[in-house]
Amino acid sequence: MASDNRPLSPHLGIYRWQISMTMSILHRLTGIWLSLGSLALIYWLIAAASGPDIYAVAQTLLGSWIGQVLMWTWAFSLFYHLCNGIRHLFWDAGRGFEIRTFYITGYSVWIISCALTVVAILFAYTHGSHP
Amino acid sequence: MSFRTPLGRARGLGSAKRGTGHWLAQRVTAVALIPLSLWFVISVMIYLRADYGTVLNWMHSPVVAVLLVLLVATLYYHAYLGLQTVIEDYVHDEWLKVSTLVLLKFICILLAAAGIFAVLRVAFGG
Repeated sequence: MASDNRPLSPHLGIYRWQISMTMSILHRLTGIWLSLGSLALIYWLIAAASGPDIYAVAQTLLGSWIGQVLMWTWAFSLFYHLCNGIRHLFWDAGRGFEIRTFYITGYSVWIISCALTVVAILFAYTHGSHP
Repeated sequence: MSFRTPLGRARGLGSAKRGTGHWLAQRVTAVALIPLSLWFVISVMIYLRADYGTVLNWMHSPVVAVLLVLLVATLYYHAYLGLQTVIEDYVHDEWLKVSTLVLLKFICILLAAAGIFAVLRVAFGG
């Protein structure tokens, strides 16, 4: 292509690290991780539709320690993607671009998604019905 | 070999008329997923470890069945739009990109159909 030798605009490598970079890529990564997590949701629904024996297997698998760890990473991913997604919607509406607001909402997303994950874990282990 | 610039070749062809469609669909599904996903997370925390009968009873409720169908459909629509963007950003080989996108679309529709079928099967007491 004729445009191959044209100068490029400054690229990622020359910028000092900013929290917005991590937050942006994490939005993508949590989205991808949640897409994979949706497989567990479909598996759970199919198991529920397939009778008590198959559901019991699904419950054992999802309740195993690796199942639980995966579940909490998906919980955090969902809360993060949800909170940061709402932040994105405000940007789409043209709000929240002032540098101070940008940082406040950014750190808020971190704090709120971590807090919601902890609350979800505490709730699940104290109030969830046990077999 | 063409001496025209990419802009020169594209200019005058008119827009594809659907430039904002993808963007808008991603936002609308995102808004719909805010209440749906919050409801789902709370439900999972309550019912994940409940016994089979309790879960089935919960899924028998028309409200729950409808919300689950909406969740699965909206989730895979949103997931497809997001993953499509990721693939378009990082896969530059045209053939690989198009075939990955088609494969992704098939997988998303298959999973959504399977999930919705499972919900309906329980809801109608199959």
